[in-house]
Amino acid sequence: MNLDFTFFNSQVVTDFILKGLIFSIQLTLVAMIGGGFIGTILALMRISSKKWLSIPATIYIDTFRSIPLVMVILWFYLLIPLIIKHPVGVELSAFITYTIFQAAFYAEIMRAGITSVSRGQANAGYALGFTYSQCMRYIILPQAFRNMIPVLMTQTVVLFQDTSLVYAIGAYDLLKGFEIAGKNYNRPVETYLVAAIVYFVICFSLSKGARVVQKKLQIIR
Amino acid sequence: MLNNIFQWKIFLQDTGGGETYFHWLMTAWKWTLLVSGLGWIVAVFFGITIGIMRTLPNRFLKTIGNLWTDLFKNVPLLVQIFIWYHVIPTLFLSLRNVSSLTLVVFGLGFFTSSRISELVKAGIESLPKGQQQAGTALGLTPFQTYRYIIIPQTLRIIFPPLTSEAMSIIKNSSVAFAVSVSELTMFALQAGEETAKNIEMFFAVTVLYFISAYAVNHIAKFVENRMRIPGTQGSQR
Repeated sequence: MNLDFTFFNSQVVTDFILKGLIFSIQLTLVAMIGGGFIGTILALMRISSKKWLSIPATIYIDTFRSIPLVMVILWFYLLIPLIIKHPVGVELSAFITYTIFQAAFYAEIMRAGITSVSRGQANAGYALGFTYSQCMRYIILPQAFRNMIPVLMTQTVVLFQDTSLVYAIGAYDLLKGFEIAGKNYNRPVETYLVAAIVYFVICFSLSKGARVVQKKLQIIR
Repeated sequence: MLNNIFQWKIFLQDTGGGETYFHWLMTAWKWTLLVSGLGWIVAVFFGITIGIMRTLPNRFLKTIGNLWTDLFKNVPLLVQIFIWYHVIPTLFLSLRNVSSLTLVVFGLGFFTSSRISELVKAGIESLPKGQQQAGTALGLTPFQTYRYIIIPQTLRIIFPPLTSEAMSIIKNSSVAFAVSVSELTMFALQAGEETAKNIEMFFAVTVLYFISAYAVNHIAKFVENRMRIPGTQGSQR
């Protein structure tokens, strides 16, 4: 079979691809920020000495880490309307699912980051009269976050790749955009190839960026 | 109370095809384990080969290895599966009659191989340089050095992260539903739709994913204890 990419002009991009790309990026950003925020809280809960904080956090993290994302997407799409007693669209469902799911992964990264900060740092804080929360807020978390930036970026690349799994509930993401364009022009083979190239370029640049950041941070320390 | 809300008896009901939903669920589980297991064999074979290639002094092999890893790591698994399923058989007509199981196995296997190659590369690089030099000093060829000195140690070092990759491949096999392989996720969708008992079906499938990952974890722990290098951390147990 001959490949023919001539149909692929700017019209196709604006009509089909752009909408999907924007949704994929939005989903990545929302899940990154929301998941990062909830993940940090979960990490703090998990390392807490209080059992009523650490046990629920551990269950949360371990549960989401052992279920396939596709199943989590399907579960949430099924359960959210039952809980709030109101139908939700696939987009909103995806935003909620990815935020809650990613939180479990960011939590483990942040936990590694927090435990990597030396004990002396916290002790110095206490010696200066900081409370536990001030210590976390001004001393530990900024360092933990900074140490973990490369890993967090790598996780975000994984997250961006995983946004393609909204396929399970039919949300209009980057991959869906290519799929519909392929169906419209009856050129599925070419569009899947271009989709792979676009994903590759985005993820490859992000991975390389993570590596550059990692090198920069290494020099400072 | 749970029995009133959730109707677990649905699993004893006939699907209309002469078997119960429970039977179908077990068949789907078998498919999930089959896809993951075969994919794992492909992933380990290519992952170790590519990982070794990336540590060799030969520029050509090194570049091939790096390209392989970058390529299969930076394209989403679902897109890769679609490429295997929709694009490859169209471009290479001789592959037209290959089953979707085979295509998914290679898709999943190659995707995972890129991650295993990273582990293997990092594992080899973590060994002291003296190990390789000792091999050379003893008159071993580079091949023999890898075969008898480097690889056996590397595999033991990377065993724990390899275990989590094995658990990941079971989770990732769920993507096979997108090309109609009748594994657990596909079962959840189809049986859920047929019976309108989504929660029961999803629950059963989720539990089976849990059990599979748990089993892999335990088998790996057992093997890991058996093949620890004597004299290293934790080998006394």
